[in-house]
Amino acid sequence: MSAGFLLRRLGHGIVVVLGVTIVVFIVTRMVGDPVRVMLPIDASDEQRQAFAHHLGLDRPLPAQFADFFAKLARFDFGESLWQRRPAIDIVLERLPATLELVLVGMALALLLAIPLGVIAALRPGRGWDRATVSLSLLGLSLPQFWLGLLLIILFAVEWGLLPTSGRGTPGHLILPALTLALPATGRLAMIARSSMIDELNQPYVQTAIAKGLPLRRVVGLHALRNAANPVLTLAGWELIRSLAGYAVVVETVFAWPGLGYVAIQAIQRQDLVLLQTVVFVVAIMVVAINLAMDLVYKAIDPRIQLE
Amino acid sequence: MSAAAAEGPLLQVKGLQVRYFTERGTIEASRGVTLHLDRGETLGLVGESGSGKSVTSQAILGLIREPGRIVAGDIVWKGRSLLAADGAAYARRVRGKEIALVFQDPMTSLNPVFTIGLQITEVLRHHLKLGRRAASDRAAELLDLVGISAPRQRLAQYPHELSGGMRQRALIAMALSCEPELLVADEPTTALDVTIQAQILELLGSLQQRLGLSILLITHDLGVVAALCHRVAVIYAGRIVETGRAADLFARPAHPYTMGLLRSTPRIDVVRPRLVAIDGTPPDLSHPPAGCAFHTRCPIATDACMAEAPSLVPQAGGRTVACWRAFTPAWPGEAANRRARG
Repeated sequence: MSAGFLLRRLGHGIVVVLGVTIVVFIVTRMVGDPVRVMLPIDASDEQRQAFAHHLGLDRPLPAQFADFFAKLARFDFGESLWQRRPAIDIVLERLPATLELVLVGMALALLLAIPLGVIAALRPGRGWDRATVSLSLLGLSLPQFWLGLLLIILFAVEWGLLPTSGRGTPGHLILPALTLALPATGRLAMIARSSMIDELNQPYVQTAIAKGLPLRRVVGLHALRNAANPVLTLAGWELIRSLAGYAVVVETVFAWPGLGYVAIQAIQRQDLVLLQTVVFVVAIMVVAINLAMDLVYKAIDPRIQLE
Repeated sequence: MSAAAAEGPLLQVKGLQVRYFTERGTIEASRGVTLHLDRGETLGLVGESGSGKSVTSQAILGLIREPGRIVAGDIVWKGRSLLAADGAAYARRVRGKEIALVFQDPMTSLNPVFTIGLQITEVLRHHLKLGRRAASDRAAELLDLVGISAPRQRLAQYPHELSGGMRQRALIAMALSCEPELLVADEPTTALDVTIQAQILELLGSLQQRLGLSILLITHDLGVVAALCHRVAVIYAGRIVETGRAADLFARPAHPYTMGLLRSTPRIDVVRPRLVAIDGTPPDLSHPPAGCAFHTRCPIATDACMAEAPSLVPQAGGRTVACWRAFTPAWPGEAANRRARG
């Protein structure tokens, strides 16, 4: 890996983040009107115009755009229309909750999926394998909002074991993390299974067996390390999908005070500034995850050249 | 009882039968292979693709996998069965340590994501319980032994950084790491180009002499056998059809299949209008023919050959042949040519 690679990837990352920001800037201003949402329904036209002028929304779009980017260059994201304080402060307050949910959910998914997939791959077509495939298909087919509600009904309402919503104790984390993890577990277990089946048929596995190594080393080290990259590719994708998508659903169902929940609130209140800021921060994280994944591939498989 | 008799052969394969139970039917990959190997001996196991050569080596190393199964026979190492119900621990101890395997394709037989060093030292650490440093020193010695230059640096390299010949040398070093008594080499040179093939064969020959190894060399290449082997076992359709000292067997083949193989080996000193082959194809082992499996392709087959399979019968000079018409020239004109060349 060279410094050139990192610089190039950094350049790509900046282009992606700016691109996403521009699209969100334009789309929100095309479909939404904060003035209508924020003023009482009987406000006069003068009041509306005065408020739009106050927010700077009466100026031509290119002028708003130039202003937005000039501020962005100084890391000034503007003030939330809804909460009347710097949008970035709101985002940074909510970020740890989302990271906690997403990281715990993904860790849970990987911890469940890898053993399931690996054990299934040892004897394809047999009982354990069939059970794993069926459960995985079930898991990845469940809509998350429905799964979340089902878990709430069972664990919180019927059995009273866990809180229904909110954040605080580790108990609060269990149901949302599980809701986020289960569909991902299904997809990850399927890919872990199929790439392990491929690897276990490779000649180097026969070499390892013929060397008299214990099965757990042959499977858990020799084959698994080779099967890791497809699994991690999907895990990276799941992480990104969770941050930039599933978290919105799961956080809304469980009233989890994270970025996804705040994004929904920002949309409902037509808080363009807050929404832009959320998207900007999520886009940066997506770019960072992609770069980190490339470095992980390289660390796992020495044949990969990062150019 | 004499010491030699008490010791017996190093390895005995007795009536080994391996079947693959596939959805399209049962394939009898090995239909009763019997052979033995003495200390310090190089035995060539020769046959076409699909004749059951590799299945034999896999069975010896415990590599037969679903849907394959050993259904009958035994593999005896130093007088003790590797297949017996109470022999599992013995087999695990022996395999990789006393019996080691060199694979066909050095390109895919090394794990691409681990260094050469790790792949050699893990054997040493597992079987010989060496420490990290001792294992690494020994691994460098082994690479040196198989003629790899700058062995210390090689240990830190990955398989894709080495050439094909170098990888096969590394695999041989790996196989030699616990000072095995038997090296099973399954087509060790077929994936390599010709000049490298010669180097690897030379290496195997010199290792055999220096270390007193026994080698079971599995190949379809009679040239390789002639260069390296003391004895030869010819396998056809999952059965041994002929064994004997290499020189005897080449000079005077007893089984028509062996005659056919020798006849079809291209020679640089004889001009032929075209390559000679044995007519027909090897039998489908999901439905092996009755009687001698070779009768469908044998020019001198009789009714007896179709009725009953001949068993492996000892002959003079330590040879064994499974043929009702052993030593009868199957291609008379050709045989005369061979003798004339002498």
